[in-house]
Amino acid sequence: MKKRVLIIALVVLSIGSLFVGVSSITPADLLDFQSEETQIFLVSRLPRLVAIILAGAGMSIAGLIMQSLSRNKFVSPTTAGTLDATRLGILVSMLLFANASMLEKMTVAFVFALAGTLLFMQILSRIKFKDAIFIPLVGLMFGNILSSITTFFAYKADVIQNMSAWLQGDFSMMMKGRYELLYISIPVLIIAYLFANRFTVAGMGEDFSKNLGVHYRRIVNFGLVLVALITVTVVLTVGMIPFLGLIIPNIVSIFKGDHLEKTLPHTALLGAIFLLLCDMLGRVLIFPYEIPISLMVGVIGSGIFLYLLFRRRAYA
Amino acid sequence: MRNSTKLFILLGFSVLFTGLYLFQDLNGSYDYALPRRGIKVLAMVITGCAIAYSTVIFQTITHNRILTPSIMGLDALYLLLQTVLIFFLGSDHVTIVNKQVNFILSVAAMIIFALLLYRLLFNKGSQPIYFLLLIGIIVGTFFSSISTFLQVLIDPNEFSMVQDRMFASFNNVSTDLVWIALVLTTIVLLIGWKSIHYLDVLSLGRDQAINLGVPYESIVKKMLIISSVLIAISTALVGPITFFGLIVANLSYQFFKSYRHSILITGAMLMSIVALIGGQWVVERVFTFSTTLSVIINFIGGVYFIYLLLKESKSS
Amino acid sequence: MIQVRGLSKLYGKKAVVDQVSIDIVPGTITSFIGPNGAGKSTLLSMVSRLLDADTGEVLLDKKNIKKIKSGELSKKVSILKQSNQMNVRLSVKELVGFGRFPYSKGRLNEQDIVKVDEALSYMDLHELEDRYLDELSGGQRQRAFIAMVIAQDTDTILLDEPLNNLDMKHSVQIMKILRRLVDELGKTVVIVLHDINFASVYSDRIVALKDGKVVKDGLTNDIIQSPALKEIYDMDIHVQQLNNCRICVYFNSNIQGENDL
Repeated sequence: MKKRVLIIALVVLSIGSLFVGVSSITPADLLDFQSEETQIFLVSRLPRLVAIILAGAGMSIAGLIMQSLSRNKFVSPTTAGTLDATRLGILVSMLLFANASMLEKMTVAFVFALAGTLLFMQILSRIKFKDAIFIPLVGLMFGNILSSITTFFAYKADVIQNMSAWLQGDFSMMMKGRYELLYISIPVLIIAYLFANRFTVAGMGEDFSKNLGVHYRRIVNFGLVLVALITVTVVLTVGMIPFLGLIIPNIVSIFKGDHLEKTLPHTALLGAIFLLLCDMLGRVLIFPYEIPISLMVGVIGSGIFLYLLFRRRAYA
Repeated sequence: MRNSTKLFILLGFSVLFTGLYLFQDLNGSYDYALPRRGIKVLAMVITGCAIAYSTVIFQTITHNRILTPSIMGLDALYLLLQTVLIFFLGSDHVTIVNKQVNFILSVAAMIIFALLLYRLLFNKGSQPIYFLLLIGIIVGTFFSSISTFLQVLIDPNEFSMVQDRMFASFNNVSTDLVWIALVLTTIVLLIGWKSIHYLDVLSLGRDQAINLGVPYESIVKKMLIISSVLIAISTALVGPITFFGLIVANLSYQFFKSYRHSILITGAMLMSIVALIGGQWVVERVFTFSTTLSVIINFIGGVYFIYLLLKESKSS
Repeated sequence: MIQVRGLSKLYGKKAVVDQVSIDIVPGTITSFIGPNGAGKSTLLSMVSRLLDADTGEVLLDKKNIKKIKSGELSKKVSILKQSNQMNVRLSVKELVGFGRFPYSKGRLNEQDIVKVDEALSYMDLHELEDRYLDELSGGQRQRAFIAMVIAQDTDTILLDEPLNNLDMKHSVQIMKILRRLVDELGKTVVIVLHDINFASVYSDRIVALKDGKVVKDGLTNDIIQSPALKEIYDMDIHVQQLNNCRICVYFNSNIQGENDL
């Protein structure tokens, strides 16, 4: 898994992604800046590509950060309630702040996402269970609860079908003007890279961190803020994409170990590639209709997660 | 206070609430209202007992007080089945309209799923319980992705049929179903009761149980199947009440402070009867139907779950 | 009599226990010793059927233990492993009572109660008998578990590092009790020990494991000797005779004494 290979793969897939779609566009069409094809390219295809790459890289990194901080391979926004907390936050902002701007909605969702994740980390620190597999179990149940609270209020407000439609991860709506929020991921990713070593140290525990002069609480909270930020921007723009933060870091870890500074770029690249592949498959399988990305990743992601679990068990 | 006294108190409350529910404000309508209420009461008793029994034995086998059988993916499967039926066959198809057919289909699907799951996992030699559960949860998430996808596509009128299935309701239980469920539940309860004393030893942990001569693998398998069948019956009868079992099981442990499952299970069953009948009475007569009991229960159960998790710091 | 034939356990490609064959001599205390990762605990788990072996078999009185029903086996062989975490509220007496489960399936009769009392006396637990396990210290809890195993009244008792949480006084107490169980009641005890001095002073036979294989199997006095110990532990260990006991001094390789053996 060399960086070079990944980058080449990314470029190839990106180009592929740009030219797959209902309207057929060829590079030749693009030479004419006024043509309809170029319009589609600029308004839909290119933004879609950027959205996929940023979402894929972002969610994978979010998972990686969480796994470093908790020293557990199975923690991720999906298995720690972060996604579900975000969903709750979005519902709240929908119901209580219906006329708010995107930024305000994002802030509300962010607060919920952060609170949910912090609560989970609290729970995590109190559980002294030998088996690491217990943690995602708790996380998923915790997520289930948040989800049912959300569903309850959505039911009362009669918006369940609406919300599900809106929140379902779907790249087909990615157009110029709808995806720019994702650009926030870029500075977040850079910051994550700069702080990588500190996250690794914090993951070893409070005492260990103190010994090395790393301010434990601050770093953990900061890491979680980054995670919540990425999750919220992705969910608000694209919708919920499950499992990405779980499986990508795990795959990278098998080949490259756990030194965060080294594995961060690979994780981002692989995440983007994986999402691109899923997206292209989704567009092609029932052409000209699309399978939404959340379903594709949900299905393929579950399969990979199961495989990872079975593989781990073989060595236990 | 002795445990038997406590049991009698609970029994007293159950009788009290049953009486209240059945006879209050009857206005002489013995032909119509009484039988209808009677059936509802019976449904609540069956559901309450099934869930209580199922959860307690499940928690003993998993050596854990936080997990419940519904997280094995059974709830998600039920909803998926209903969604698929409504999506592909329409809400006026016999499988939806005819409650018996729907019941049998649902129970059969859930039981087959549970058996497949255990078969798959136990065939690879003895697996730790958590592994099994994690698989169940992932499969559950997988089902939910597909359900959500289909739900978004369903006609909004049809969707309200799906929505009805999302939450348990005692209001529209059919009489025949209740009798079928009663017979089935009683048979299963009796089969399980013979092995109750093994459960007492199981609470010491796997190693000790084997040491003391418990045929561990076969008992665990048997209990898992019983647990799943009971949950299948109650879910198919009234719908999913995911966290109810968690509440009554844990309250039973707190209240009875005994390791004897004969007491714990009976206590949990009585508590669930009190909670369901009492709760339904409050919802119907005091709040006049403005909210659904099961959703309240899920909500309370959810919050209680988080509280339990935070309290976990004591056990290690 | 327990016989082990060609027992192995593999994790991936690594053999944690490698073709082990030994006979447990009845009426003795046999200690399993060896460095970390030698496979002692794994071996014991397989002998007690807590763990499935990948190759080989364990015979009890010439019968393969896999063919003996767990309920029957639990009256002949008992095992106590290290970690005993539980979330059940049991009093010491109730826990020891569980030791009678193989016989009375949870309903204690008169004979059971007598056995429970005896076990509590042996382990000096009468004062604590009504206290709940989670109120006790690690060492007290360990003693309660050992009492339970005594109440189980099996011919063979297997123990996996039972002295880990115990202070000196109680460690000696346990070893003395084990000695009594063997000398007075004719039981057979197999015990995995870290501390070779306890093994030396109290056991009749020693089985030494290294890298999953048996490197020594014989009488205590034949094995507790510098050359043999060096083979097992890769360390210079001086053995001194003190009051009829062979004591190993390994803390510092410079310690030399007049009574080196």
